[in-house]
Amino acid sequence: MAATYVSYFGFVIKSVRGMFTGGPRYYAWLSFLVLLMAAGAAAYYRQAVLGLGVTGMTDQVSWGLYIANFTFLVGVAAAAVMMVIPGYLYHDKAVKGGVLLGEMVAIGAILMCLLFVMADLGRPDRMWHMIPPFGKFNFPVSMLAWDVLVLNGYLLLNLHVPGYLLYKRYRGEEPAKWLYLPFVYISIVWAISIHTVTAFLYTGLAGRPFWNAAILAPRFIASAFCAGPAFIVLVLEIVRGWTRFPMGDRLITFLRQVVLIAGLINIFLLISEIFTEFYAASAHVASARYLFFGLHGHDALVPWIWTSISLNVLALLALVSRRFEQRGLVVRNLPLAMLIVAIWIEKGMGLVFPGFIPTPLGEIVEYLPSANEVVVSAGIWGLGLFVMTVLIKHAVDIETGAVAKNN
Amino acid sequence: MSGGSRIRPGDVKRRGFLKLLTALTAGAVTAPADAEAFDLDAFLQKHFHQMSDDEKRRTLQRLEQDYNDKYERDDFTVVADGPTPGVKFAYALNLSKCIGCRRCVHACVQENNQHRGREERGDQVEYIRVLEMEKGSLDLEKAVHDYDHEVPAEDKYYMPVQCHHCNAAPCVKACPVEATWQEPDGIVVVDYNWCIGCRYCAAACPYWARKFNWIEPRLPADEINPDTHYLGNRPRYKGVMEKCTFCINRVRKGLNPACHDICPTGSRKFGNLLDKDSVIRRIIDHKRIYILKEEVGTDPSFYYFFD
Repeated sequence: MAATYVSYFGFVIKSVRGMFTGGPRYYAWLSFLVLLMAAGAAAYYRQAVLGLGVTGMTDQVSWGLYIANFTFLVGVAAAAVMMVIPGYLYHDKAVKGGVLLGEMVAIGAILMCLLFVMADLGRPDRMWHMIPPFGKFNFPVSMLAWDVLVLNGYLLLNLHVPGYLLYKRYRGEEPAKWLYLPFVYISIVWAISIHTVTAFLYTGLAGRPFWNAAILAPRFIASAFCAGPAFIVLVLEIVRGWTRFPMGDRLITFLRQVVLIAGLINIFLLISEIFTEFYAASAHVASARYLFFGLHGHDALVPWIWTSISLNVLALLALVSRRFEQRGLVVRNLPLAMLIVAIWIEKGMGLVFPGFIPTPLGEIVEYLPSANEVVVSAGIWGLGLFVMTVLIKHAVDIETGAVAKNN
Repeated sequence: MSGGSRIRPGDVKRRGFLKLLTALTAGAVTAPADAEAFDLDAFLQKHFHQMSDDEKRRTLQRLEQDYNDKYERDDFTVVADGPTPGVKFAYALNLSKCIGCRRCVHACVQENNQHRGREERGDQVEYIRVLEMEKGSLDLEKAVHDYDHEVPAEDKYYMPVQCHHCNAAPCVKACPVEATWQEPDGIVVVDYNWCIGCRYCAAACPYWARKFNWIEPRLPADEINPDTHYLGNRPRYKGVMEKCTFCINRVRKGLNPACHDICPTGSRKFGNLLDKDSVIRRIIDHKRIYILKEEVGTDPSFYYFFD
C-alpha cells in the first residue's frame, strides 16, 4: 500500500514538473494567462468589496456576461462526448488517441463554468448554504440545484477517467477496464445532461416567453456540438503542430464533420425558431423583435446577432465546400474560429440578454457589460485556459513518454 | 426618471478602461465606510427554518444590536411574529379608481427601509411599479413606466404592480437554497441572511417583483423605520434579494399594508381570504376580477378588479 502512495507521489511530482517545462513560446503563453488572471483577480476584488453594482447588470437585465459565458462553456465541456463515443465505445483508434485531449478541454471548460457562476453570486461567502447537511439544497425542485449537481459530477468524471488512464500509462501498465469503462458510459449520458439541464434552467421559466420554448434544449445541444468540437480541433491543431503527439488526419477530419453537421442542425433549428416567432407575430415576439430588428428605437443587440448569423453561414459554407481543408493552418481553421465566435455571441447576446428585454412588465432597458465585468471574465478565461494548457501538456508528456515511471 | 428606473450603482461610477486599470494597479479599492465587517456569528447563521426557538431569539437580539450599532440608534426591534392560523392574506386593486399618483410607491419605500437611490439616477429600490396604461388595452408592452406629468392623464388608466404572493410561486421553485418561500398565511418571504444572490428568482418572476441590492444599501439613519420584522422590513445587505412582503411587520399585527393605508382613492383592498365577511371576499365574490398573467399559472394572491 505504502509503495502505491510513493509511486503516486512520484507521478504527481514528475507530472507537475513536466507541466511547467517547455520552450519560450510556452512560457510566454503561460505568462500571458497569468497576467489575465491577475487582472481578473484585482477586478473581482473590487466587485467583492463594492458589490455587483460594478457590473452593467440592473434589476431589468439581472444576468449578463458571466451567465452568458457560463452557458457557452457548458457546451464546450459537453462536446468532449463527441470523441468519447467513437473513442471508447466503438474503439475508433484514430479518435481514441486524441480523446484524452478532449477531456482536458472539458475539465478546463467546467472549471470556468463554476467560476463564472461564482463570480455572478451576490454572496459568494454563503456558498456553503448549498452543501447539505449544513445548508439547504433545493433539490430536485430548483433547476439551478440540478445544474450545480451535474456540473460538479461531470468535473469529477472527467478528472477520474483521464487521470486514471494517464497514471496507468505512466506506469507502463494496462488499465483495468472495470475501473474506468463504467465511468465512461456514465459520462456519455452525463455530458448530454449538463447542457440539457442548463437549457432547462431557461425553458423552465414560464414568465419569460423568449426562453420558455421547447426548442431551446435541442438548440443548445446542436450549437454545443458545433462550437465545442471546433474548439477542440483548434487545440488539436496546436498540439499537432508543436509537439510530437501522435495524431493522424482522420481525427481532425472526423471532428470537422461533426462541426459541420451540428452547425447545419443548429441553423435549421434557428430558422424554425425565427419562423414560429415572426410568422404568427404574437405578443410574445417582443424579445425576438428586439434582438433581430430592434424595438422602439432600442437596437444594441441587432449588429451582434446579424454578425453571428453571417459568421455561422459563411463558416458552414466554407466547411460544406471542403475547399479549405488542405490549406495552411490559419486558412483551414478560420471557419472553425468563426463558428466559435458566432456561437459565443449566440449564447450571450442572442439568448441570455434578450430574454430580459423587455422586462415582464414591458420596460426596455438595454445592457452593456462594464469594464470591470469584462476584466473579471477575461481573468476567468485566463485561468481556464491556463488549466487546460498545463493539463494538455501533461497528457502530451505522458503519451509521448517524456514523463514515465522509468524515466 | 429619464430612461426608466435603471438601477445604477450609486457609489460606483462607470469608469473608462484605463482609469480602471490604474485603479486596479494602484490598489485603489477601499471598502465603503458603512460596509459590513466580517462577523462569525452572522456567517454561521442557520436557515430560518433550521433555528430552534432559542437560536431565533438570540439571532433577533444580535440583529437588533447590529442595526443599532450600524445606524447609530437605540430603538431597533426585530421581531419574527409567526402566521395566525386561519388567515390567508390577499390583495385586490381597483383599476377603475387608481389615479397613478405613486403615493403607494413612496410609502412602501419608507415603511420597508429600502435602499434610497438618488433622484437623478432613479436607482431607488421600489417594490411597486405603477404602469400608465392605454385605455382599451391590457398590453403591458404599451405601458409607460416613467411618466412624469399630472395624473390622471386623459385616456389613461393606471396599474400598480407588486409581488403577487403566488401560491405556485416560480421564484420559490427557482431558489437553489430555499432562501425564499411562502408562509402559511400566503406571504412570500426572503431570508436575507440565507440568500446567496444568484438572482435566479428574479429571472423566474413574471411580475418583475424581485429587487436586488447591487451595492451596499444607502439608508439614512433619520429615515429609518425601526419597527422591523425578520422576514420583512429589517435593513438588507449588499448582494441579496428583497421584495414586497405585504408589510409583514404590520399585517401580522392586524394592520393593513402601508401602500393600502396611504392610497387616497381607496383603490387598494386587503384582507383575510378565509374570512367570509372580509372585504377581500366580498370583492372576489361580487366584482369582475382580472388576474395578471393568469396563463402563466402562478395562482397569485393579488387581484385586480373593476367597478
